[in-house]
Amino acid sequence: MSDRITEADVRHVAKLARLDVTDEEVATFTGQLEAVLEHAQDVEALDVDDVPPTAHPLPLKNVFRDDVPRESLDRDEVLAMAPAAEDGRFRVPRILGEAP
Amino acid sequence: MSRTASDIARAVRSGDLSARDVVDEALSTIDARDGEIHAFNLVLADEARAAAAAIDERVAAGDDPGPLAGVPVALKDNLCTRGIPTTCSSKILEGWKPPYTATVVERIVAAGGIVVGKTNLDEFAMGSSTENSAFGPTRNPLDTSRVPGGSSGGSAAAVAAEFAPLALGSDTGGSIRQPAALCGVVGMKPTYGAVSRYGLIAFASSLDQIGPFSTTVADSALLYDVISGHDPLDSTSISDALAPASPTLTDGVEGLRIGIVRELMEGVSPDVAAQVNRAADALTAAGAKVDEVSVPAAVYGISAYYLIAPAEASSNLARYDGVRYGLRVDADDITQMYGATRAAGFGPEVKRRIMLGTYALSAGYYDAYYGKAQRVRTLIIRDFAAAYEQVDALLSPTSPTTAFAFGAKSDPLAMYMSDVCTIPSNLAGHPAVSVPFGRGDDGLPVGVQVMADALQEPLMFRVARALEEAA
Amino acid sequence: MSTLPDGWEMVIGLEVHCELRTETKLFCSCRNAFGDEPNTNVCPVCLGLPGSLPVLNRQAVEYAMRIGEALHCEIRPSIFHRKNYFYPDMPKDYQTSQYDEPINVEGWLELPDGARIGIERAHMEEDTGKTTHIGGGGGRIHGADHSLVDYNRAGVPLVEIVSKPDMRSSDDAKAYVNELRAILVATGASDGKMEEGSLRVDANVSVRKTGDPFGTRCEIKNLNSVRSLGRAIEYEASRQIALLEDGESVVQETRHWNENDGRTHAMRSKEEAFDYRYFPEPDLVPVAPSDDWIKAVGESLPPMPADRRAKLAEAAGVAPSDVALLVEQDLDQLVADAIAAGADPKKAINRAANEIAADIANVHRITPESFAALVNMEADGKLTATQTKQVLAAMLAGEGEDPAEIAKAKGFEAMDASALEAVVDEVIAANPEAWEKYVGGDQKVTGMFVGQVMKKTGGKADGKLVNQILTSRRSGA
Repeated sequence: MSDRITEADVRHVAKLARLDVTDEEVATFTGQLEAVLEHAQDVEALDVDDVPPTAHPLPLKNVFRDDVPRESLDRDEVLAMAPAAEDGRFRVPRILGEAP
Repeated sequence: MSRTASDIARAVRSGDLSARDVVDEALSTIDARDGEIHAFNLVLADEARAAAAAIDERVAAGDDPGPLAGVPVALKDNLCTRGIPTTCSSKILEGWKPPYTATVVERIVAAGGIVVGKTNLDEFAMGSSTENSAFGPTRNPLDTSRVPGGSSGGSAAAVAAEFAPLALGSDTGGSIRQPAALCGVVGMKPTYGAVSRYGLIAFASSLDQIGPFSTTVADSALLYDVISGHDPLDSTSISDALAPASPTLTDGVEGLRIGIVRELMEGVSPDVAAQVNRAADALTAAGAKVDEVSVPAAVYGISAYYLIAPAEASSNLARYDGVRYGLRVDADDITQMYGATRAAGFGPEVKRRIMLGTYALSAGYYDAYYGKAQRVRTLIIRDFAAAYEQVDALLSPTSPTTAFAFGAKSDPLAMYMSDVCTIPSNLAGHPAVSVPFGRGDDGLPVGVQVMADALQEPLMFRVARALEEAA
Repeated sequence: MSTLPDGWEMVIGLEVHCELRTETKLFCSCRNAFGDEPNTNVCPVCLGLPGSLPVLNRQAVEYAMRIGEALHCEIRPSIFHRKNYFYPDMPKDYQTSQYDEPINVEGWLELPDGARIGIERAHMEEDTGKTTHIGGGGGRIHGADHSLVDYNRAGVPLVEIVSKPDMRSSDDAKAYVNELRAILVATGASDGKMEEGSLRVDANVSVRKTGDPFGTRCEIKNLNSVRSLGRAIEYEASRQIALLEDGESVVQETRHWNENDGRTHAMRSKEEAFDYRYFPEPDLVPVAPSDDWIKAVGESLPPMPADRRAKLAEAAGVAPSDVALLVEQDLDQLVADAIAAGADPKKAINRAANEIAADIANVHRITPESFAALVNMEADGKLTATQTKQVLAAMLAGEGEDPAEIAKAKGFEAMDASALEAVVDEVIAANPEAWEKYVGGDQKVTGMFVGQVMKKTGGKADGKLVNQILTSRRSGA
């Protein structure tokens, strides 16, 4: 029995990730993810509060670019990739809610 | 193609060999055997021939096309090539043609290299066997009932099958080195930031690096020297000049201190361990001082990696939503369109990792999972640093076993464990290389891994070269 | 000015998104331009194409620091974070922003009335593309059939300025936006054009009984002008109070202001609360401005509106709020210089705020010295108020630069005081019945006397002075 991750968790996470999942997938994935998180117990058990996180293996800082315009892509090339386009813009099915 | 890249380039530059002949030979080898191996998603025969003809013209005109003149190079299909499909072996990018080319590819072409095709991979570079490709697996050229390893299985197989003397792969948790070991070729991952990631379709941004496949260590150093160096288009690329690896390659290992990583010898197949020990003996004979050394936190590598990499991947793969390019499954509203497109476009391993990663970052779990894993990463870096106080380079197996059979590791966690020896250097951002060294009990190749501290590629390559001599 | 029922108080915090005036976008070299043909300023980076990577625009960092300095923030080393959510105007389906390590924290700004509003933070982030909804009424999202996306704006640099919830009225909020806008324009970081979307305001509104802890707040979006901001806040506060007085509770939600019906509306079918899964952006490295850079930014900033108000107020001996309008109209320097040249401060302020402000386009024709001279002619009684206005108008119209000459040309000579008294006495003597009425307290005949004096002096008399003389004659002086 999963105490680390439940089927409800998997459905929630699938929703966050905009991934439709079937019931069988939910069942399978829950078991598999549970196994991985079970393995990650070794890390979970560590007391590392005093250890700073590493976001970057490199000690780089202050990497910048000059504020000088360069050529943009050709619009036809850009829209040629689009699954649907209209009026020089990307066309999408209706959006139900405002942006957050 | 038993000529090395170095040999080909020398001969083409001097006019002794025509690039066109080299490419024709490569293409006919591919033609004869790739139907069985499936190293390539796409072979670029016409383009390669045209490029070769152009090289030959330049040589005839007295020009020097560069250090890779006329050398066929295969590219992992997660490297953007303008106008040429770049699919990541995924249905969601099937047929997608980028409007731009990856920096490393431009450097290869500028050096005279000839792109012969895009190679197969585990979908979005997630896997250790190339069984996760949406377009069918690649077979190990040394035993087609076995996997070539992954995720850069196509590139490893292409070199092993002599389709091209050079290939590029990408390595996030071992995806160059492990397939190199399983296919009996040389595979190298540079220091994080040594090679530009611009144009590499991202899997895990703080871990991904592009690196060379080759049949010899010298060829590996040659290609590394061509592709490495600062790129203003990649904020994470090292700005200081990098020391080239080729000039000091044959300086030998006299006086170098080398440590076998105790933790990475545990749980590996005895025949693999035996080869690592034999390698240690060979280095001793060559004048190095070899001892056992500990990198205690290395044992946490798999767990930390399988929290960090999927987390970054879940964010990197969000853009595949059917809006701007790639697959779209139409629906009434956009949320349904997202859900249906991504369900149809991604395979199970990719979905698994996206969900694992989303979970590790989600509200209430960040500190316990992703946050903690980033701290463990620091521990691993510290333990490596301590080890490098005592030694100059480290030794370990590359893969715990030789090439396994298709379907042998159907349990995801079992598959993840294939990366136990390679993952620590991705987490630390350190360079590492797999050198073919002997055979397992099943007659299949074993790879021995040499690791070095950040920016120590020249030293690392020296040790690799010495191993190659003794192999 | 409170429009709320007794005992209730509104609490307001504002989030202002400011587009920076850089040539290029935040992470790529596409043009940062308003109004171009859709999808013509895009590249692999701002389209979020597979394999693309961001590189930070140094000028954007400079502008962010200028804003931080101008708002008295602490400028810190900072990193970028990814804010993950799906929306079609988001090329990567995450926004590269700053989360818990932003570049500017803990500042404040001063309103013209002297009140200080705290600033939590002012951080850098990239803008999204623009969506147009087709098929619903008037481009609204409800009832739309499909939508179209333009990514020209995607990747444009923004600074998001978050105030502390220190405002207590819609007037405060409007004053804050006006002041902040003036500051942003003064730093050079923004063109301040709310109508072009370079400045966008969201309001967080809650209510409480005075003395109680903060109530539940709602976020109000779609505020396209300062006026809408004021109306929306008033509506929302009333809406919340009505709910609470009815025994219901306020639901924490994001609401959309509708300019047409004058109400806020809950946004339709909200999905689960957004879990942004913030984590540090691995494709970018930390930003740690050197002390030298920070110092240089501070030294290169021009005076901010509050500084200008304070400076002029001190020179004029008035309160800063008295000169707020002058600063807003960029007339403070002229007035300050005129005062320095000896002008009567109150008169200078008055004439500038009224007559010059009304013809502001021609202010370049007025020098501090000529303005001072004119103002003092009025202050010394050499010109009447009416005459002063006429001379000033002539100067603004380009008829001349020397007020004394213009006055002479128009035949304006101030009347000698005793000469004026003599004329007044003449008129009094000539109208004994009217004078008796005036002395008896009848104010209506005043106008007749003043009119007669004006006639006799050919308009040169100062009406106020005439009144003063009449009054003193009445009391026997």
